[in-house]
Amino acid sequence: MAANPFLVVVDYDAGNLRSVERALAHVGVDATITADWADLARADGVILPGVGAASDTMAKLGERDLTEPLREYVASGRPFLGVCMGLQALLDHSDEGGGQECLGLLPGNVRHFGFDHLKVPHMGWNQVTWLRDHRITSGIASGSYFYFVHSFYPDPADPDLALGETTYGLTFPSVLARENMVATQFHPEKSGEAGLAIYANFAEWVREAA
Amino acid sequence: MLTKRIIPCFDVDRGRVVKGVSFIELRDAGDPVELAKLYDAEGADELVFLDITASSDNRATVYDMVSATADQVFIPFTVGGGIRTTVDMKTMLELGADKVSINTAAVNNPDLVNEGAYRFGSQCIVVAIDAKGVGEGWEVYTHGGRTPTGIDAIAWAREVVERGAGELLVTSMDTDGHQSGYDIPMLRAMSEAVNVPVIASGGAGSPDHMAEALTEGKADAVLAASIFHFGTYSIREVKEALSGQGIAMRPVAARD
Repeated sequence: MAANPFLVVVDYDAGNLRSVERALAHVGVDATITADWADLARADGVILPGVGAASDTMAKLGERDLTEPLREYVASGRPFLGVCMGLQALLDHSDEGGGQECLGLLPGNVRHFGFDHLKVPHMGWNQVTWLRDHRITSGIASGSYFYFVHSFYPDPADPDLALGETTYGLTFPSVLARENMVATQFHPEKSGEAGLAIYANFAEWVREAA
Repeated sequence: MLTKRIIPCFDVDRGRVVKGVSFIELRDAGDPVELAKLYDAEGADELVFLDITASSDNRATVYDMVSATADQVFIPFTVGGGIRTTVDMKTMLELGADKVSINTAAVNNPDLVNEGAYRFGSQCIVVAIDAKGVGEGWEVYTHGGRTPTGIDAIAWAREVVERGAGELLVTSMDTDGHQSGYDIPMLRAMSEAVNVPVIASGGAGSPDHMAEALTEGKADAVLAASIFHFGTYSIREVKEALSGQGIAMRPVAARD
């Protein structure tokens, strides 16, 4: 266990980069914002933040030569957290913008809400129900509220990937987890105390694993 | 279930909250960061800072305020006022604001909505619409409600959403400041015209007014200033009252 683990927030110009860094600082962790693959290679923990469009995200990760280092990092078994677009990017494919291949680290697709009777994006505070225990949600009550802003939702091929679920017109998995990977569709950095607890739990996990 | 949002609004001038805020708990009732923290603890779902005057002599103060708020408050917040270009937007977003609100600048240069949405995503572009009843409809006003534009407010709402606005902040100039309720017909017309969230503003005097805006007015969020700042109702009281009427609210965390 390392007192000061090397925690990396992947810099690909995502709008919520600094908010993630601030939330980590608030729970007592200094994060390094970097686009350098060498930092990913030696990181104890990695967070992939994100807002915006899937095509943009994949293009920027590609331009910065980060797709392979991300795959290698995840394959290494060290703790990984994806946030919002950082969750969607993990799946095979997104329907956004006419279709976009994603990282394929988790099987499944990203689909559009496409409601007539409900507003899109799904914007605001909604409840997340835990489907099983996981260290990332430790100490946070099932049914807690988190802040969402998204028009597309994850539809994983394997239902066991779902760690938490949320209902907006339909019920979708709002937290995915497999082995060393966890990803949230909501923004923990904008979800008050419950969200900060997610970062604190992740930081604890990284510290222990380091 | 997605909750309706309660959003306190601060009028800020030179980095200070104006329009007399009276809170005995606060060391400095004019400090936006202190107020933001208080409202966050009270259960506010989001915060809005408006009329952030950004003339050259006080720009640094405003930047400090936005940055300090982002350091200490972990709920979404919007800043508006003096944002005229995508450079202004970028500055505010990089300092830590989650959304920027544009009003007169959008009317003067509608392409700003497209450019902002394209560069930063629709989720952070809020278009504020100030409107006043005229005949059967409503007319858009700019410059803090002083200048009529001749533009139909519902058509304008549709246009800015088409251009990429992710949310509308709709203020009725007729009801604003009277604390006698929001303009329900306008809110309803606006909300039915677009498929993005509508924040109701102007006229909140009681939780019942807010309930009306969220049900009959079909708004997704209600913004209020005076009733919170003067302590007429706390956010907790408002949320409890609205929950009691069956409106979905994010509960306020228990006090330690």
